[in-house]
Amino acid sequence: MSAAKPAGDRTDSLEHVRSPNRTFGPQPPGERFEVIGKRMRKVDGAAKATGEALYTDDLALPGMLHGKTLRSPHAHARIKRIDTKKAEALDGVFGVVTGAEMPARFGVIPWTPDETALCIDKVRFIGDPVAAVAAVDEETAERAIQLIEVEYELLPALFDPAEALARKDVLIHEGNKHGNVTKEVKLEFGDLAAAFAKSDFIVEDDYFFHGTAHAPIETHVALARFGSDGVLTLWSATQIPHYVHRELAKVLDLPAPQIRVIQPCLGGAFGGKSDPFSLEFCAAKLAMKTRRPVKFLYTREEEFYAHRGRHPMAMHFKTGMTKDGKLTAVDSKILIDGGAYSSFGLVTTYYAGQLLTGPHHLPTYRFHSTRVFTNKPPCGPKRGHGSVQPRFALEVQIDRLAEKAGIDPIEVRRRNFQGAYTTTVNGQRVTSNGFDQCLNQVEVASGWKARRGKLGRGRGLGVAGSMYISGTNYCIYPNDMPQAGIQIKVDRSGLVTVFSGASDIGQGSNSVAAYIVAEELGMRVEDVRVVAADSDLCPVDLGAYSSRITFMVGNAAIHAARKLRTQVQAAVAAEWGIEAERVLLAGGFAFDRDDRSKAISSAKAFQITEARLETLGTTGSYNTPNLGGDYRGGTIGASPAYSYTACVAEVEVDEETGIVTVPHIWTAHDCGRALAPVLVEGQIEGSAYMGFGEVFLEDHDVNRFGLHARPNLLDYTIPTSMDCPEFHASIVESLDPEGPYGAKEAGEGPLHPTIPAIANAIHDACGIWLTKLPFTPAKVLAALQAQKAASGGARNGASGNGAAH
Amino acid sequence: MLRLQPFDFVKPQSVDEALGLLAKHGRNAKLIAGGTDVMPNLKHGLYQPEIVIGLADLAELRGVAIERDNQEDGTLAIGAMTTLEEIESHPLVIAHAPGLAQAAHAVAGPTQRTMGTLGGNVCLDTRCVWINQTHFWRKSLGFCLKKDGTACHVVEGGKSCVAAASNDTATMLCALDATLVIRSARGARTVAIRDFYKPDGIFNQRLEPDELLAQVRVPAPRFTGGATWSGYAKLRARASIDFPKLSVAAAFTTDAAGAIDDATLVVSAIAATPRLISGIAELARGGRADDLALLARLGERAQKVTVPLTNIDGDAAWRRQMVPVFVKRAFLAAKAAGAATAV
Repeated sequence: MSAAKPAGDRTDSLEHVRSPNRTFGPQPPGERFEVIGKRMRKVDGAAKATGEALYTDDLALPGMLHGKTLRSPHAHARIKRIDTKKAEALDGVFGVVTGAEMPARFGVIPWTPDETALCIDKVRFIGDPVAAVAAVDEETAERAIQLIEVEYELLPALFDPAEALARKDVLIHEGNKHGNVTKEVKLEFGDLAAAFAKSDFIVEDDYFFHGTAHAPIETHVALARFGSDGVLTLWSATQIPHYVHRELAKVLDLPAPQIRVIQPCLGGAFGGKSDPFSLEFCAAKLAMKTRRPVKFLYTREEEFYAHRGRHPMAMHFKTGMTKDGKLTAVDSKILIDGGAYSSFGLVTTYYAGQLLTGPHHLPTYRFHSTRVFTNKPPCGPKRGHGSVQPRFALEVQIDRLAEKAGIDPIEVRRRNFQGAYTTTVNGQRVTSNGFDQCLNQVEVASGWKARRGKLGRGRGLGVAGSMYISGTNYCIYPNDMPQAGIQIKVDRSGLVTVFSGASDIGQGSNSVAAYIVAEELGMRVEDVRVVAADSDLCPVDLGAYSSRITFMVGNAAIHAARKLRTQVQAAVAAEWGIEAERVLLAGGFAFDRDDRSKAISSAKAFQITEARLETLGTTGSYNTPNLGGDYRGGTIGASPAYSYTACVAEVEVDEETGIVTVPHIWTAHDCGRALAPVLVEGQIEGSAYMGFGEVFLEDHDVNRFGLHARPNLLDYTIPTSMDCPEFHASIVESLDPEGPYGAKEAGEGPLHPTIPAIANAIHDACGIWLTKLPFTPAKVLAALQAQKAASGGARNGASGNGAAH
Repeated sequence: MLRLQPFDFVKPQSVDEALGLLAKHGRNAKLIAGGTDVMPNLKHGLYQPEIVIGLADLAELRGVAIERDNQEDGTLAIGAMTTLEEIESHPLVIAHAPGLAQAAHAVAGPTQRTMGTLGGNVCLDTRCVWINQTHFWRKSLGFCLKKDGTACHVVEGGKSCVAAASNDTATMLCALDATLVIRSARGARTVAIRDFYKPDGIFNQRLEPDELLAQVRVPAPRFTGGATWSGYAKLRARASIDFPKLSVAAAFTTDAAGAIDDATLVVSAIAATPRLISGIAELARGGRADDLALLARLGERAQKVTVPLTNIDGDAAWRRQMVPVFVKRAFLAAKAAGAATAV
């Protein structure tokens, strides 16, 4: 895409502000960093801790109705008839809506709009929404949906992706040109046959990554009001308010300027709130029909049906290595279980291959990934979208090869380190890369050299590495406008308000925006207020996904604040009759660099600037440079900067039960400059926690009836504090030339290596290779018993060959 | 969120008042103690009571005491409304029935144990992967034997419900040969807990609709020159919160020389009732509780008669493999806890 035009700001004298992708380098704006890199509190931390913070479900409006959704009890069926008369007649019911009233198809990816707000002709999984009711309270709404009569004609249901791929007689989406295939990607880089031929070692085997859910504490919730001014306001627990805005306009057939989308404080998302969801349309439609505010709050069960969790992937991997430990080729074939709708699946299918080409240098690479529809809750993006699954397979294969080559697993990764400022085999531009330092850190922190392979049978250490994107230059809908924007307004009191389109989903993006503006303007953080994610007030941001916010909104914030900084410096300099460069802004003051007794407060400096210039306010934006390989799909996975992670896990295997405990996980993450180290550490720990849960406990699946097997938080087990390892987070700062002050992402990358590191540690502990997630005790015990049977007795530690399970 | 269906709620101020309400409403009433099991079950539509009777104010049903019938006998008398948190940390329980303190500690997580009571755990409804779900979910399935349906999804063609007893303390109380004091407006009766449960997953308790569990009585060990031991072992998915995938309680006495005199072993979270494993005393007598070969024999015995089903999430074959492991762990837990104090 082409670069956005530079802003026509008459006081803007900084050349680098005009650079197409507007980056400012890693240096502080003043003499040194005053806020950035310090251990700060989150701007909303106290409000959340005390319960003052307002989440969507905390909002209540006069006359508000409560909505409920009728869902399909069948995995695959045609809707023959819907009769809502009895529900409409129930006392306390104000409105009923069915799919026929909102026929427009939508989808977060504009190329694959295959959802409707409510099912019209067909239902495609148990839990698919069919009708919705607004009533005086939730109890009445619940009674009303039971009164809606739906006549179904049952169709054969497909739960197994391999079967869905093969069957041509059962189509989950009729009209789809490729049967039940939603997307297929085949890309090949280099001569694989030659590369395998010169390999000294080749491993080839099958891996399985199961489905997992996001399990945010806050379920989906939306509140809509349709005012007498014709404005529809939607408050929603979403991480993509901009796309919700666009899809609302389409589905409700309302002009977009008549719609306002607000994302209040949000209780966890992890990718699960990055699609538009049925309840957002239903709340809006019912508010329009009833002329009353309508709120929908999903139950935990409904949250599991809405899903968009991690795609199950069946992965066949083949990897080659020379005897001195150099990777030669990676060849993968991946079958992706997409569930009932496309969601982000087009991107998932690319990411399953495109994001594997670092931090290890792959001289040749091929992947063939195929996503198919099944009659199950739709999969989508979950933290580490698309690449967590193949990363597991690749990093286990690297350990298998290292063992064959007789090389230490950390050493083998060092030998394959791709380095900084290079291009990957699939054409991705790599800038800063601190993966080698990440390896060093976890090697030292875990006591690797002294302990690995020496802990005795049943205990072990394992390592893995990974990379991830800091946003992507693949914009979901084609346009030439910036990906992120910031507006700044100055009050004469000295308060600066930052308007940010970004979705703070708990990761702290509002805090980071405040820190950056405070840094640039030399202010105290408490004098900077952030207003975010309100389409009436804030400039567009594309949303909290692809780990893009710190990088993109951060750069936009620097851009906007530096313009204002320049204005203030110029105005104060003129007031004092000195050169602008002598005016320093720091700590809530403006002062003369050469006469530091000459100081005024930030508020006074703003007043001087306003008096000399005009009402103060600036804007800033960021867009990505042109990136990516020159081939179809080459821009998908192309990021302005990549983060890198190394992880060492320590495990203890109880060979009586197959229960594996993980006493420690050490994660070192290269996030460029850590703008807010406490938040970065939180993201590293949270990522490791999530990966740990996926390895052993979490399993999103359907039973033989196609019903979600565990649609509640008692059965869908996420780790308790009693189960958790000690998480040791460390930060590596390879300052990136394009990131804000050199920063890169931290929210998703650190999850990736956790899973293969644990798998590799189990091998170190007792010599078995586990290849099928989750590692339930039953599977671990079966592998141990197969190992015992194969060896006819005792085997010792990593020397054992074990059984792949 | 999931809503409750409407019902009347009363909070009697005396046991007699509660018994009067039960006599009046019978099957249309549901008792609620801590509510940690009843509330989710109500939300899932497993019960449709007209009236819910809250027992929280009945102080007379709360507390732990040693009662002596004569110079020699002693009983640990525990009010049914005593919370699990009180049980696990009560000095009298720890001293005289260490296995019960362990079992109480193993229930759910700290939050639930602060609310949940011993009586509530003894009267816990049976559980199954096909029943503890919402009305929508169960309806999509066509319901099941236990509620609203006619088919069993665990045993194809099965005619009796195999939902599993999932109460940690019941396993231990069976091993300790506890008795239950059950009251109604008609009077009071005492029943051995081993006779309290019946093999019917739909409702596994021999409790009439007008009856209330008032007290749990655990025989306190007498001084015999030997020692009394009890221990509990639980298999579960996580280190907290979860119901058992396997529940094993061991209780035994040793003579002055440390040899096992008598032994009882109970295994639960298998079927509708906790299962007392027969022949354990004969196998164990004269042996030592830390003799792993002996424990393996006891485990084998238990494994022979326990057949885990798919009524609980997780691999049933693996759960069966775990029986001997957790039999061993229950005995070792008893040894680790130390001998019970005689009264």
